[in-house]
Amino acid sequence: MTAFVELHDVTHVYGGGDGPPAVEGLSLKVKDGEFVAIVGPSGCGKSTLMKLATGLQRAKSGTVIVDGREVVEPIKITGMAFQNPVMLPWRTTLQNLLLPLEIVQPHRSRLRAHKAEYVARAEMLLETVGLKGMGSKFPWQLSGGMQQRASLCRSLIHEPKLLMLDEPFGALDAFTREELWCVIRDLHAQRGVTVILVTHDLREAVFLADRVFCMSARPGRIIAEREIGFARPRDLDITYTPEFAAIVHELRGHIREARAVA
Amino acid sequence: MTRSTWLRLAPYLFTLGFFALWEIACRALSISNFVLPPPSAVWGALVQYQKPLYTNAFHTLWMTSLGFALSIVFGLALGLLVGSSKLIYAGLSPLLVGFNSIPKVAVVPILVIWFGVGWLPPVLTAFVISFFPIVVNVATGLATIEPETEDVLKALGASRLDIMTKVGIPRSLPYLFGALKVSITLAYVGSVIGEQNASNLGLGNLITRASADFNVPLIFAALLVLAVLGVFLVAIVDVVESRMTGWAKRSQLSNA
Ligand SMILES: Nc1ncnc2c1ncn2[C@@H]1O[C@H](COP(=O)(O)OP(=O)(O)OP(=O)(O)O)[C@@H](O)[C@H]1O
Ligand SMILES: [Mg+2]
Repeated sequence: MTAFVELHDVTHVYGGGDGPPAVEGLSLKVKDGEFVAIVGPSGCGKSTLMKLATGLQRAKSGTVIVDGREVVEPIKITGMAFQNPVMLPWRTTLQNLLLPLEIVQPHRSRLRAHKAEYVARAEMLLETVGLKGMGSKFPWQLSGGMQQRASLCRSLIHEPKLLMLDEPFGALDAFTREELWCVIRDLHAQRGVTVILVTHDLREAVFLADRVFCMSARPGRIIAEREIGFARPRDLDITYTPEFAAIVHELRGHIREARAVA
Repeated sequence: MTRSTWLRLAPYLFTLGFFALWEIACRALSISNFVLPPPSAVWGALVQYQKPLYTNAFHTLWMTSLGFALSIVFGLALGLLVGSSKLIYAGLSPLLVGFNSIPKVAVVPILVIWFGVGWLPPVLTAFVISFFPIVVNVATGLATIEPETEDVLKALGASRLDIMTKVGIPRSLPYLFGALKVSITLAYVGSVIGEQNASNLGLGNLITRASADFNVPLIFAALLVLAVLGVFLVAIVDVVESRMTGWAKRSQLSNA
């Protein structure tokens, strides 16, 4: 199977000058339909990797290929959810969810005529993340966790082939987080999307991903890669098994090394 | 009485108190009507000259509204242009600041040379004096869009125009309304200056004529009418603002 997302020897410098690179010699392959998690010390370039893969930033050197094409401008097949939910405060939650449809084709030209169908889709998504009936609320009337879920819905509404999640659960309490793990797990299983998840939470990475990549301290590069062999569908209970704990422990070791070098 | 009723009454009480103080001061210090007429004398002039005041106030309102409408259209367009491009921002900002530093009274004679005496000079003076705050505020609103918000749209392949209409314009609306409240009062200043120097109509012209006659109460009556018109238009802007950009205030409240 060929790679769906491929970064090859990518170096990126913010501002385009000769400053210190944020990532250097970064290489990574993600297969179609795979769920990949990326972990690493803070400031190592994880968010940068996401921006490079989606074309929000152009690499100084190296190649980025998504879906068989080199990325030279922002690609349109992605859904992104960021560490902060970035909802537009002048739109209701439902209108926020519909935003991608106002931009991405073919929905863009269909939206007006098929509004009801799309609204129904948005409301169904809201229901899956436990926000049933909250569509008419403004984002600032929702709690942080609720906004985060809404932002997750927004990243999914246009049925992207590639889902980029940058610490989407960082600001949530442990219970909500585990609940949303299951939501993501089911979405991935149902739709076969390729997911790249950046996280600080090693348990989250091991529970959700097929493969976990560890990054070094800045300038970021991949220093370790770990297959996670647990059978799918996975149950939250596996997070309490010794095998699970062993993998988390092993990954912790990599991160500690990466931090020590810095 | 509760605090909220006091709060609701406060504008009226303070205004009444202001006029009462003014009246008392004029009487106690027996100030001449030629220097500072008391509110009772101003009221007398208001009643006596209600017809010319009414027609001229209407004219001034028209001149101001036209100039103000022009400055909204141009200010918004220029603000969006300046705010959307760093190059244009850098290039235009000294020109804009320089232009805004010119006293607009000095521009009126030029307008008279170009357009003659009539309705154009007051409208254009109102326009040139009031569009700068709109440009600056709208440009600021655009230039301070959070990069994350832009990224959300860019990652979907949004064009610059998309980003402008979906985020830029809604986001700069609160800034626009902030500017409008400053601009509308400036527009009054502009149209009155224009009328004083280059028109046969309007409150500005009425003031010029009244001061030639040393009719000080009438001058004050005209000023009072101007002030009331100003309060009135700002109140309209306020209502429109709370309709259109309520989210900005409420979202701040919820963050507090
Ligand atoms: N817009 C920017 N301009 C300049 N430097 C930046 C910019 N964004 C990030 N950097 C730098 O690039 C490096 C990598 O940043 P990045 O945001 O990718 O880190 P991260 O791994 O996502 O960190 P965290 O886990 O804390 O989110 C950091 O050292 C940061 O200082
Ligand atoms: Mg980050």
